[in-house]
Amino acid sequence: MSKLLNVSSSPHVRDTVTTKSIMYDVLIAMLPAAAFGVFQFGIHALLVIVITMAACALSEYVYEYALKKPITIMDGSALVTGMILALNMPADIPLWIPVLGGIFAIIVVKQLYGGLGQNFMNPALAGRCFLLISFAGKMSSFTLDGWSGATPLAQLKSGQAVDVAAMFVGRIPGTIGEVSVIALLIGAAYMVVKKVISLRIPVAYILTTAIFVFIFGQQDLGFVVAHICGGGLIFGAFFMATDYVTSPITPNGQIVFGVLLGILTGLFRLFGGSAEGVSYAIIISNMLVPLIEKFTLPTAFGKEGKKS
Amino acid sequence: MNKCGERLYNGIIKENPTFVLMLGMCPTLAVTTTAINGVGMGLSTTAVLVFSNLIISALRKIIPDRVRIPAYIVIVASLVTIVQLLLQAFIPSLYESLGIYIPLIVVNCIILGRAEAYAAKNGVVESAFDGIGMGLGFTVGLTFIAIFREILGGGAVFGFEFIPEDYRITIFGLAPGAFFVLAILTALQNKFKAPSATNGSAPKSALACGGNCASCSGAACASNHAVLEDIRAKEEAKAAEAKKAAALKAAQAKKEAEAKKAAEAKAADAKAEE
Repeated sequence: MSKLLNVSSSPHVRDTVTTKSIMYDVLIAMLPAAAFGVFQFGIHALLVIVITMAACALSEYVYEYALKKPITIMDGSALVTGMILALNMPADIPLWIPVLGGIFAIIVVKQLYGGLGQNFMNPALAGRCFLLISFAGKMSSFTLDGWSGATPLAQLKSGQAVDVAAMFVGRIPGTIGEVSVIALLIGAAYMVVKKVISLRIPVAYILTTAIFVFIFGQQDLGFVVAHICGGGLIFGAFFMATDYVTSPITPNGQIVFGVLLGILTGLFRLFGGSAEGVSYAIIISNMLVPLIEKFTLPTAFGKEGKKS
Repeated sequence: MNKCGERLYNGIIKENPTFVLMLGMCPTLAVTTTAINGVGMGLSTTAVLVFSNLIISALRKIIPDRVRIPAYIVIVASLVTIVQLLLQAFIPSLYESLGIYIPLIVVNCIILGRAEAYAAKNGVVESAFDGIGMGLGFTVGLTFIAIFREILGGGAVFGFEFIPEDYRITIFGLAPGAFFVLAILTALQNKFKAPSATNGSAPKSALACGGNCASCSGAACASNHAVLEDIRAKEEAKAAEAKKAAALKAAQAKKEAEAKKAAEAKAADAKAEE
């Protein structure tokens, strides 16, 4: 056989990377943050994570079974959605709330638009915003060691001083996954090394936020670093803004996307009503992705440059 | 009377303004937070719609074509003002909760749409029934959306609360919730193929446009009719010709048969003579 001439259609260059391997890499990358959340907030946090992932996978299964579509829960995308959603929850949330959010994220945001690859908005974040609007009180009451308190971002907003070192390690109130910057960075490094994500979006995002906060907030390094380490910025920049489906694929577009995210986040944090703005910044920018891609389409090889 | 019944069916089910025509979305999304609001808004619109259709239909030969839209607006606006004052006088609670959306009935597309598409071309009684049908269809649509939103977002049905505050999904009381409920109800309506103009379950006409002249305001309609009339005339002529030919043939066959018979009879006679 080997002496025969093989004729096949493109693609000719194949890779071992599959949707499944990418999704499980993302899950592995989120494990440090999840583990830190469980370590800090206790067993209920673990319960939230497990239940949310189960709810997402189950609703995907039920929807696809009911509509007689191929069952795609094994590719792990629903698990990633569930994990991100769970890491965006306060640790002591009643369990039915993340379940509701998971059902909404998978059925309404992902499956009704056609499943993986077709959703125009990050399902986990849309689910989170759905819950945030519906159950504002429960979704924004954070406790740490049995003591309920404002998040560092809320303290910053009201002009109090914050402990940047504690924010870096994660000994602060917040959602399960966003508190520990160091755990998130370990996961992010794993994803960058495995080439699951490129650094364009996260770096553009964080840098823009820092510059925006520096210009329009306080011209103080501690303030800027606190804004970077506080809230969901690191988590959002590395894990949510880089979602393949809802971020631009063109390199220039990714930078534009990151800059846009940074400006919106800064705007919401400094001038908005609430202390945090990462979720809304990301889902608003998600909707602008088709436009960004349209204007940053690179010239194809062999074609002449744009005629101006 | 049959036509009037057809208008009611058309308005409530086949061309339901909310789920099929997708008209009047502003009040649909804005006021349907509670079932009472939905019913109130629907019935207020129905009242305006019936009388505006009636008056416009009665005046359709007097109103000059060029200024018909301003004329319709004047009629509708007067009726809306009457309804607004009546609501303010007799149901102040509903008046309070509907707020700006009562005066906004003036610019509701359903009302102007029906005036332009139906009342301006049809008789008074049919137009009034068209108004009732469309109005009730709108009321049904609003009430359905409002009931779902009130249960999920407010934990109540017609003001009777039965879900504790902690378990209510507030977003259904806000604008995004209205979109969710509207989309899902419309999807269900399409899925279960309630006969409507959009999902192809209603019997189709031979016309390219679907043949529903009641809701058509395009000029294509007239030319379509001319073409159809032409085809019909041609077909009739063809049929007449065929008939003529058949009759001719039959006559010929008869003649031949008679001739044959005569010949046979002659032959028989000859035989008998032998």
